[in-house]
Formats: sequence, C-alpha cells, structure tokens
Amino acid sequence: MANHTLTLAIMDAPYEAAASTTAFRIIESALRKGVNVNVFAYEGAVSLTMKDQAPHANPVKGTSVEEEEHPTTKDLVAALIALGQASPKLTWVNCGLCVDERGAGHWIDGVKRGGPADFFKMASESGNTLVIPTR
Amino acid sequence: MAGEHYVFIESRDPFDSADTGFVSDTAAALRQRGAPVTVFFVQNGVLTTRAAARGSQIPRLTAAGVTVLADDFSLRERGIDAREMARGVRATPIDALVDLITEPGTKAIWH
Repeated sequence: MANHTLTLAIMDAPYEAAASTTAFRIIESALRKGVNVNVFAYEGAVSLTMKDQAPHANPVKGTSVEEEEHPTTKDLVAALIALGQASPKLTWVNCGLCVDERGAGHWIDGVKRGGPADFFKMASESGNTLVIPTR
Repeated sequence: MAGEHYVFIESRDPFDSADTGFVSDTAAALRQRGAPVTVFFVQNGVLTTRAAARGSQIPRLTAAGVTVLADDFSLRERGIDAREMARGVRATPIDALVDLITEPGTKAIWH
C-alpha cells in the first residue's frame, strides 16, 4: 500500500448530502492506512472549505453553540488536511470556476485552486479513482 | 476485463430510486463473465439489505456469486441489526471498502 494514491472527485454542497460524510470517512480511512489522497472538489463541493462557516446554537431546542457542538465541513476538512499534511499526503483542489461562480474563494489553509485538467492529471497518476457525483 | 475487480458502491434507497436495479444487473452480468465483483451498500442503500425488504436485489446478487457488503455505520444510523439482514450480506467498516478500492486493478463505481 506504500506510496499508493487514491483520487476522489466530489460534487455535493455542504450540509445537503450523506455522500459528503461518506467521502470524509473514505478519505480519513485511506490516510490512516498510509494512502495518499487527492480530492478534486467540483461544483457545490467547493463550499465545503469556506472559511467563514460558523457553528450555531439551536433556539428550537434551547441549546447553546457549545452544547450543540455543530460540526462544520470546513473544520472536518481542516482535520483531514492536518492528518494528511506530510506522508501520507492529502491534496485538496477546488475547481476555480466553481469557486468564482459561488464567491467561495475565502477558504481554509491547505486548499489549492485548480481545474478539471488537475483532476485528469491526478487521476492519471493515481492507482485508483472514485467519482462521487451528485444525484 | 481480466484481473479487474469491480466494486459498485450503492448509496441509493431502493424504495425511491427505480434505477438501483441497474447496479445489480451490471454486477451480476460482470460476475457471469468471470470478473470478481463486490457491491458495497452505504447510506440509504443499506435499506435493501434487510431480509424483509420487498423486492430486494440481494438474493439475485448472492446467487450470482457477487460479494455483498454493507457499511456498518450506515446500518447503525438506521437501526438495522445484524439479525435483520438478508443472508449473504456482511456488515463491514468503511476500512474494508478503502482496502478494496485501493487495490491495483480495482474499478470503483459510485451509484
């Protein structure tokens, strides 16, 4: 498994699809197994890394921000980037045109801007590729 | 096709997605042609792994010799107990899927 690389393409926007959680679980598992991971975030998935995401309280339940422990996708991705900062390596590329469309350019550290050509290159150089499309 | 292992990841609820039969049809056909095939059910896809689920594709898959796995996290989220599951389905952690899709020669297809 050493030096193996898995490339994922993801497309779902945050807080909308169970597939985002599954993708995070796959990425974490692969990194813990020593597999390098490339992620190409396309369309709505570029918003997963938006830095201004904030956890919120729940006035319906009367819980505070601390009690709610609301997970944000930018924190989940940041944790994955920290896990994959050296070897194995997590490379996270946001589709630049998708970012511009959404005004989603203010993102967390460790994320790069790219395009479909980067996805093609990453997939070509990886042992395996998994595309997780929107429904 | 020689040497290739096909891994289908079925995430869709069979009760609201009429096209889930596509995965079973393709998996069974590939298996019939001699390729190793695994279907990994995840998210609402695990609803079909219950023995009591109407119109489940599981008997067809197992009869065809397809390996059938179900994500244990998705099963727990939906309160599906191992005793409720159809024969031939094995609950596994996501690590098992990662092992499969990082093997050389594996083609992973998400549905």
